[in-house]
Amino acid sequence: MAEALDHTPAHPIAPETAHAATHGFLTRYVWSQDHKVIAVQYSCIAIFTGLVGLVLSDLMRLQLGFPGVFEFINAERYYQLVTMHGMIMVIYLLTALFLGGFGNYLIPLMVGARDMAFPYLNMLSVWVFLVAVIVLMASFFVPGGPTGAGWTLYPPQVILPGTPGHDWGIVLMLVSLAIFIIATTMGGLNYVTTVLQLRCEGMTLMRMPLSVWGIFTATILALLAFPALFVSAVMLMLDKLLGSSFFMPALVSMGQARAYQGGSPLLFQHLFWFFGHPEVYIIALPAFGVVSDLISVHARKAIFGYRMMVWAILAIGVLSFVVWAHHMFISGMNLAFGFFFATTTLIIAIPTAIKVYNWLLTLWRGDIHLSVPMLFALAFISTFIIGGLTGLFLGNVSVDIPLSGTYFVVAHFHMVMAVAPILVVFGGIYHWYPKVTGRMLNDTLGQLHFWITFLGTYLIYFPMHYLGMLGMPRRYYAYAGYEFIPPSAQALNAFITVVALIVGVAQLLFVVNLVWSLFRGAPAGPNPWRAASLEWQTPQTPPVHLNWGERLPVVHRWAYAYSVPGAAQDYIAQNAPPQAGGDEPEQGTLRQERGS
Amino acid sequence: MAVVWTLIAMVVGSLAFHLLSPWWLAPIASNWGRIDAMLALTLLITGVFFVVLNLGLAATIWRFRHRDGHRAAYRPDNRRLERWLIVGTALGIAALLAPGLVVYADYVVAPHDALVMEVLGQQWKWSYRFPGADGRFGLVDARFVSPTNPYGIDQKDASGTDDLLVPGDEVHLPLNRPVKVLLRSNDVLHDFDVPPFRARMNIVPGTVTSFWFTPTQTGRYEVLCAQLCGVGHYNMRGFVVVEDAPVFERWLAARSTFAATLSAAVASVDPLVASGQALAQGKGCIACHTIDGRSGVGPTWKGLLGQTARFTDGSSALLDASAARQHIRDPRARTLQGYPSVMPKVELSDAELDALVAYIAAQK
Amino acid sequence: MTSLAITRPRSDLGVGLWVFIGVATTLFTLFVAAYVMRMSGSDWSTIALPWQLALSTALLMAGSVALQLGARHAARSRWAAARTGVLVAGACAAAFIASQLWAWQVLQAAQVRMAGNPAASFFYLLTAMHGLHVIGGLVAWSLTARRLDPPRDAPRAVEAVRLCARYWHFLLAVWLLLLATLTGITPAVVAFVCGSPGVAP
Repeated sequence: MAEALDHTPAHPIAPETAHAATHGFLTRYVWSQDHKVIAVQYSCIAIFTGLVGLVLSDLMRLQLGFPGVFEFINAERYYQLVTMHGMIMVIYLLTALFLGGFGNYLIPLMVGARDMAFPYLNMLSVWVFLVAVIVLMASFFVPGGPTGAGWTLYPPQVILPGTPGHDWGIVLMLVSLAIFIIATTMGGLNYVTTVLQLRCEGMTLMRMPLSVWGIFTATILALLAFPALFVSAVMLMLDKLLGSSFFMPALVSMGQARAYQGGSPLLFQHLFWFFGHPEVYIIALPAFGVVSDLISVHARKAIFGYRMMVWAILAIGVLSFVVWAHHMFISGMNLAFGFFFATTTLIIAIPTAIKVYNWLLTLWRGDIHLSVPMLFALAFISTFIIGGLTGLFLGNVSVDIPLSGTYFVVAHFHMVMAVAPILVVFGGIYHWYPKVTGRMLNDTLGQLHFWITFLGTYLIYFPMHYLGMLGMPRRYYAYAGYEFIPPSAQALNAFITVVALIVGVAQLLFVVNLVWSLFRGAPAGPNPWRAASLEWQTPQTPPVHLNWGERLPVVHRWAYAYSVPGAAQDYIAQNAPPQAGGDEPEQGTLRQERGS
Repeated sequence: MAVVWTLIAMVVGSLAFHLLSPWWLAPIASNWGRIDAMLALTLLITGVFFVVLNLGLAATIWRFRHRDGHRAAYRPDNRRLERWLIVGTALGIAALLAPGLVVYADYVVAPHDALVMEVLGQQWKWSYRFPGADGRFGLVDARFVSPTNPYGIDQKDASGTDDLLVPGDEVHLPLNRPVKVLLRSNDVLHDFDVPPFRARMNIVPGTVTSFWFTPTQTGRYEVLCAQLCGVGHYNMRGFVVVEDAPVFERWLAARSTFAATLSAAVASVDPLVASGQALAQGKGCIACHTIDGRSGVGPTWKGLLGQTARFTDGSSALLDASAARQHIRDPRARTLQGYPSVMPKVELSDAELDALVAYIAAQK
Repeated sequence: MTSLAITRPRSDLGVGLWVFIGVATTLFTLFVAAYVMRMSGSDWSTIALPWQLALSTALLMAGSVALQLGARHAARSRWAAARTGVLVAGACAAAFIASQLWAWQVLQAAQVRMAGNPAASFFYLLTAMHGLHVIGGLVAWSLTARRLDPPRDAPRAVEAVRLCARYWHFLLAVWLLLLATLTGITPAVVAFVCGSPGVAP
C-alpha cells in the first residue's frame, strides 16, 4: 500500500496540549507559522483597514449628498478621501482578504496538507503586509496629506502642484504599494507551491473544491500582474524623487516650466492597467470559487458542470491579461487598439456568463436552505448579474465613449467588484466561522446584516447608473452651477448618501457578531453545514496545529458528493471510504479500483 | 420567502425606475446618434438577460426551497446544455460587438473636410485656437509658454501669426459642419467632455489627441473636464455655442490673431502690474482666481477690491489693498463667505506682494 | 487495494523557486517593454556603456560555473569541493555588485545622470533592479553556505546548492537579456518594428 505523502516537518507531531506547553503565546499567536493563525491575522488587518476605507467613503458621500454643509471636507480633502478609499478597498482589503485571509485558511485544509509549503515565509508575509498598511496610514499624517490623484495615481498630475499629496503623500503611497507587492509575492509563492505540491493522496487537481481553484488562479494572476504595478510605481517614484522623465512630458505647471521632457503619461496607464485589470479578477475569481462552494453546500447539490467551471476560471484568468486597455478607450491611446480590446473584453464575458448559468443550474432541483451564507450567495448572483451586464456597455468601445469617466463606471465597478465580492466575503465568513472558532455566528444579527447590506447596496448603486447616463462625471467635488444636471440629481445624491450611511453603520452588526460569537456563539460541532469538502473533516474543530493528527487524509472522490442517489446521507465526505460511492462524474487518468 | 419577493421587487422596481427616471442621456446635439442606438441595443439585450436571470433565480429559489422530506436531484452536469449555452451566449455577444465596432470604425477617422479646432486644456481653464487664413496651426511647445504667450506658440513659425485665439471659456462652432477637435495640454491630463455631443477624448500633455463630431443643434452647451486634474477639476468649465455658419464666421473674424495679441501685450501696462501678472501665473494664483468675472475655487479678481464682503465667521469688511495684503500673508485667518478655506500660504517678498496686489487692483 | 498515488518528482523549494523565477521574469519583461515604449520619445540619446559591464558579465558567468560545479560536487558528497564552489560563487556575486557600482560611478563622473536622458534613467533602473535580485540571492546563499563541510542534513544541502545554482543561472540569463536590450534594441530597431502606422502606443 502506497504511503501517504507526508511533508511533516522534522519534529514529531505534537497534540494540541503539548504544542501549547512547548510554545509561548508569542510563538503561537504572534510569530505563528501556522497558516490558520496567519489567515486570521491577515483577515483582522484587512477588515480593520476596510473599516477605515468605509468611513472614508461615508465622508465622501457626506460631501456628495450635502455639498458644502461639512466644511472640513474641502476639495483637497475630498480628493484625498477618494484616493485612499479606492486604494484601501481594492488592495488592502479585498486582495489581502481573499488571498491572505481565505487563501491561507482554506488551501491547506481543503487540499489535505498540514500547512503551507513555506511556513516561515508565510509568517513573514503577514508582517510585511502590516508594514505596508502602516506606511499607507502614515500618509495621513505627513505634510500635504495623502495623495489625492485617484487610486489610479495618473502622472503627470500626481506629482505636480495642484494635486494634494504630490510631495510626501504619493511617495508613501508608492512605498506602501511596493511593500505590499513583496508581501503578496511571499504569500503567493506559498499558495501556488502548496496547491501543486502538498495535496494529500487522492486529491487530484480536478478533485479540489472551486474555492481552491479560484484562489489558486487568482494567486497566479497576482504573481504575474503585480510586477506591472511595481514597475510603474518604481518609475513614478524615480520621476518624483530623482527628476527622471519616464512618464513626464515637457510641461508648465502653475506657470512654472519644469525640467521634465519626453516622458509618456500613457506608458504609465498601460503598465497600470496591465496590472489593474487582472487585479479585478484577483478579487473576482476567489469570489467565484467560494460562492460555488457556498451554493453547493447549502443547496445540498453538486456544483453543476464542475469541469466547465474550472475551465471558465482558467479562461477568465488567461483572458484577463489581454483586456486591459478597455480602461483606456478614450485615454488618447492609438484608436486602433479599441477594436482589439473591445473584442477581447466581450469575449471574456462568455466564460463569465457560463459561470452564472451554472450557479443557477446548481440551484435548480436543489434543496435550498436559506441559511445566512446561502442568502449572501444568492445576493451575490443577483448583484453580479447586473454588475457584469453593465460591463457590456463599457466594454463595447463606442458605447463607452460617453459613459467613461461618469458615474456609470462608478456604479458598475462598485456593483461588480465591491458589492458582489463583499457579499461573498460575508457569506464565506458566516460559513467558515464555525470551523475557525468552533462556534456559530449569531443568526439574527446575520439576517439583519444581510438584509440591510443587500437592499442598501442595491439602492445605492442601481440608481447611480442613471446619473452616469445623464453625463455626471466622476471625481467631482461639487456639481453646483451645471445646467445640464437637474436638481433632482442632487436629491438622488442625497438619498444615496443617506442609504450609504445606514449601510456603513450596519457593518458594525457584523463586527459585533464576530466578536460576540467568539465568546457566546452556539457550539458548532465539527461540520454544522454537513459539507463534503475536506476542511470540514478535520479531527478537531477548530483544527489544531498541523491539522490532521497522526495521518494525512486520503481522498476518494470530488468535493461535491451531495444528494447522491442511494447514499444514506445527503453528503459523502471527500475522505469517506471508497465504498461510500459518490465518485465524480468523469474519471480522469487516475482510475480508482475497488477491492484489493 | 423574503428573498424571492425581494428579487421580484428588484426586477419590477428596476424596470419601473428605468421607465420613470428623469435621468437619461442629455438630448443629443451631434451626429453620433448611432452611439445612442448602440446604447439602446445594449440596454435591450442586457435588460432581457437581467429580467430573465433574476426572475429565474427567484423562481428557482421558490420551487426548490428546503422542505422536509424533499431531497435535491443529482445532476452534476449536462454537456449538451452547456454547449448550447456557450453558443447562445457567444451569439448574443457577437450581436452586441459587431454593430458597436462598425460605429467605432467611423469614430476613428475624421472626415477630411472637417473644420479643425484646437482645444488647450490647462489647470483649470479651457482655451481654443483656430488655424486662421492659412489653414495651418503654428507649432507649439511647452517651452514657449509665457504670460504673454499662454498657448506656447513658436513665434518663429510663420503659420502661427494668423492663428485665431479664443482665450476665454466660450467657443463657437458652425452648425452641421464636421469639426475635428485637436486636444492639447501643457500641464496635466484633462478630458474635453460635452455630453450632448457624445464624442470626446482625453488630453495628454506631450501629445496631440483628437476626436471629431458634427454639431446638429444650435445651442449653448456646457464643457466639462472629465479626467481628474487636481483640486480645480470640478470647476474647469466652459461653453460651446453652436450657431448658423454665417454667424459663426462673423464671430470667428472678430477673434484676435496671435500676432495681434503679442503686440497688444507689448503695448504695455504699468511694469508693476505686469510683474504682478507674471507672479499670479508663476505662483499658481490663477489656478483658483480668474480675472474675467467667473468664480472658481476662489473669488474672481475682477472688481474684487473695493467691495464690502462677508466672511465665514460672520464679520464683514471692506476689501481694499491692505485687506488683500493681509489675506495673502495669512490666508486661513479668515475666509470669504461662500468659498472653501483652501488657500495656501504663498511665499512672497514685500516687493512681490506690492506687484501682485497692484495687479489684482487693476482688474476692474 | 491500489491507492491513488500522486507522484511529485519536484521538491517544494524547487517549485517555489520556479514560481519566483516566473515572477521575476515577468518583472524584467515589463521593464524591457517600458524601455521599448519610452524609446519612441524624441529625447532618447543612447549612452555608451562602460567597460566595467564586461567585467560584471564575466563575474556572473564565473559565479554560475562555480555554483554549477559546487552542485555537482554536493550531489556526490564531495563537501569540501562543494563548499569551495559555493564560496567562490558568493564572492563573484559580491564582486558583481561592486563592479556595478563602479560602472555607475564611471557614468556619474561622465555626467550621465538619472534625470535628463531616459536612456540613462533606464540604465540605472534596470541595473539596480537586477542588482537587488542578486543581493536577494546572496541572502539565500548565506543560508546555504553556512554549514556545508560537512552539512547537518545532506539531502537538504544538496538541494540548496542546486537551487542556488539555478537562481544564479537565472540571474545570468536576465543580465544577458538586459545587456542585449541596452545594446541591441536601438531607436532604429524600435522604429522599424513599431513604426508602421497604427502600432505606436
